Amino acid sequence: MTQIRTRLLALAAATACMTIAGAAFADELSIMASGGAWQDAQRKAWFEPFAKETGAKILEQEYLGDLGKVKAMVETGNVPIDLVTVETATVLQGCDAGILERLDYAKIGPRDKFIEGSALDCGVGLDAYGDILAYDPTVLKEAPTSVLDLFDTTKFPGKRAMRKFPAQNLEWALMADGVAPADVYKVLATPEGVDRAFKKLDTIKKDIVWWDAGAQPAQLLASQEVVMTTAWNGRIQNAIDSDKKPFKIVWNNQILEYDMIAIPKGARNPELAYKYLAYISQPENNAKLASFITYGPVRTDAASFVAADALPKLPNAPDHLAGAYLVADTEFWGDYGEDLVKRFNAWLAQ
Amino acid sequence: MSALQPSELDRPTLARDRSAADTDLKSVTAALRRAEFGDRMRSLLLAAPLLVLLALSFGIPIVLLLSRAVYDPTIAEALPKTTAALAGWNGQGLPGDDAFAALAADLKDNRAKGTAYELAKSLNARLPGARSQVLKTVRKLESADGQAALEAMKSVPFWSAPTTWPTIQSGTSTLTSFYLLSALDLRWNADGGIERVPPEQAIFVQVFLRTFFVAASVTLATLILGFPLAYVIANVPKGLAAILIVAVLLPFWTSILVRTAAWTVLLQKFGLVNDFLLFIGIASDRLDLMYSRVGLIVAMTHIQLPFTLLPIYSVMRTIPPSQLKAAYSLGARPFTAFRRVYIPQVFPGVMAGCLLTFILCLGYYITPALIGGASDQLISNFIANYVNVELNWEMAAALSFILLVFTLALFGIFARILGLDRLKLM
Repeated sequence: MTQIRTRLLALAAATACMTIAGAAFADELSIMASGGAWQDAQRKAWFEPFAKETGAKILEQEYLGDLGKVKAMVETGNVPIDLVTVETATVLQGCDAGILERLDYAKIGPRDKFIEGSALDCGVGLDAYGDILAYDPTVLKEAPTSVLDLFDTTKFPGKRAMRKFPAQNLEWALMADGVAPADVYKVLATPEGVDRAFKKLDTIKKDIVWWDAGAQPAQLLASQEVVMTTAWNGRIQNAIDSDKKPFKIVWNNQILEYDMIAIPKGARNPELAYKYLAYISQPENNAKLASFITYGPVRTDAASFVAADALPKLPNAPDHLAGAYLVADTEFWGDYGEDLVKRFNAWLAQ
Repeated sequence: MSALQPSELDRPTLARDRSAADTDLKSVTAALRRAEFGDRMRSLLLAAPLLVLLALSFGIPIVLLLSRAVYDPTIAEALPKTTAALAGWNGQGLPGDDAFAALAADLKDNRAKGTAYELAKSLNARLPGARSQVLKTVRKLESADGQAALEAMKSVPFWSAPTTWPTIQSGTSTLTSFYLLSALDLRWNADGGIERVPPEQAIFVQVFLRTFFVAASVTLATLILGFPLAYVIANVPKGLAAILIVAVLLPFWTSILVRTAAWTVLLQKFGLVNDFLLFIGIASDRLDLMYSRVGLIVAMTHIQLPFTLLPIYSVMRTIPPSQLKAAYSLGARPFTAFRRVYIPQVFPGVMAGCLLTFILCLGYYITPALIGGASDQLISNFIANYVNVELNWEMAAALSFILLVFTLALFGIFARILGLDRLKLM
């Protein structure tokens, strides 16, 4: 149901985009984000304090995270948004297609103070999140110790939910097949490596339930449709903290990714947009988001500003990086994403 | 009939008379046509605003979008020097150093113009992995000129790989068949022939077939449900018929999104349909109705029912019940009367309703996205994915083009079998 709600909201947002196109004032900043608990957290951590500090008015919009609408706006020369939150692979796509502004880091902050891979040409990191495994210990008697236990159907029988997308799943499949984390992307860049990953996925294909909206994993676990699920760590933590669910997170073999924010080409208020980027990139502000959703800061010098109770729940907390983990390779997905998505869809349909 | 045929002897006279009559008829027709011409022009003038609006808001945008399927000037515009250098290349092995030097110069120009990324993306669509290689080379070329630039090019193995240069060469022509072929799971092979892509990459033919299968299943289901209902509505007293028509139309006036959302409430694992099936004991375990083909067809059938039913009903209403009674009185059994008197008359309505539903089903997007599973996505879902997520509008245009061609061909076949003027839509 939340998936539908998200889509309905996205439709509403699209309509709003069209109607809003009218007047934009110098002190108005229009931000399009992908909604849900994550946008709520951004509002509390950044939108509201920034508005208070600068007197700017923030107009919020929601969308599904696909750049098609932004591309249409840029191509028609009518861009009613100043900032848009995106995934890293989408930043590369938008950069290549010329629909996102190349950022001037002099106006944002020192680029070398960002975690590697979180300060891109066309997008700056907002937070770090983990692709993790979640389960319900009241259902699953034996606790999984690694995300790769997804592939162990003898020890953990039952349905498992995974994201309907090749990224992460192919990486995990290779690691479960014995590839060292450091070699995953090297292997996956070869046709044999791709075959190997799909072959491994084949072994559990009939046990997989696919999710595509971020809120689904927690629902699937709660309704006991699956015994374990991959998920974004913040969504599961949210279910644990707010909905008092007994879920547990497995951090070993997590994949770390960054959320990004970008300025579309032809934005009406780029100066204010830069001001906002500079604001949220200050270490103490960057650390604030963690108090509202358990996503970690992307500034290397922000850790000391994270609230003490939030720190142990972050994907890049020292404890959670103690086991094996993989940092998602954006460049790889920029190169092979489209091809692998097509292959993945072909595989799903078989 | 045969008794009226003229005998051999009469033929010449008849032929002469006929030709005279033909001439008369022709001149009359011509005069009539001249007289009608003015009228026609005037009525065309009245319709002109609508036609212009249609052309501007419908025809031209569609043509422009579809032209992206075959017209892709990105590579040719980005690589003018390479295009010239490759003009005489036979496509075998590697081209000469002049081509490498020309490409190096083009890449440097692209960096200066800021178009290197677009070039990289366009090449990557044809040759996965090319994106980062192009960008890497562009960075390497930054401080290299002449011989150094040539060496920098040669130091990247990608530029000496067997598939790279043929791909560039095919990309330098602004008209491309690449996307249309991809949309049919085909590609050019090294010898210049067309071949199927390997099975693990083939997807679109299957999706097209699936789309047609789902559309046909839904059409059949709406016909089976709609025909008897239309018959009942056409033959009950007026007041009851009005109530029944409203009952059919009521969901028709609800947004398709709302109806689809309602079906997810009903079909989900712990939803009403599963509760009911368990309660009456038909199913022993909860069925996976959501994200399944069955759920998709049920929901689409519900949405499409009025489209099939209304044309059938409008035709049935014009057939007086007395006709069937007349057939009975002439000795026909009920089934024979139905088959030989009733069916031929409602046939145009049935065809019109089925055609309408079938063609609308080919373009379904929201319902398969929300109710269908991974293997129930129809061609529109893939088009939307290429438009919104992959930003590969060329591929989206190619898939749309193929869908449009299939739809028009189907419409043509229907029109041929039945005649367009006999299609009774309402």
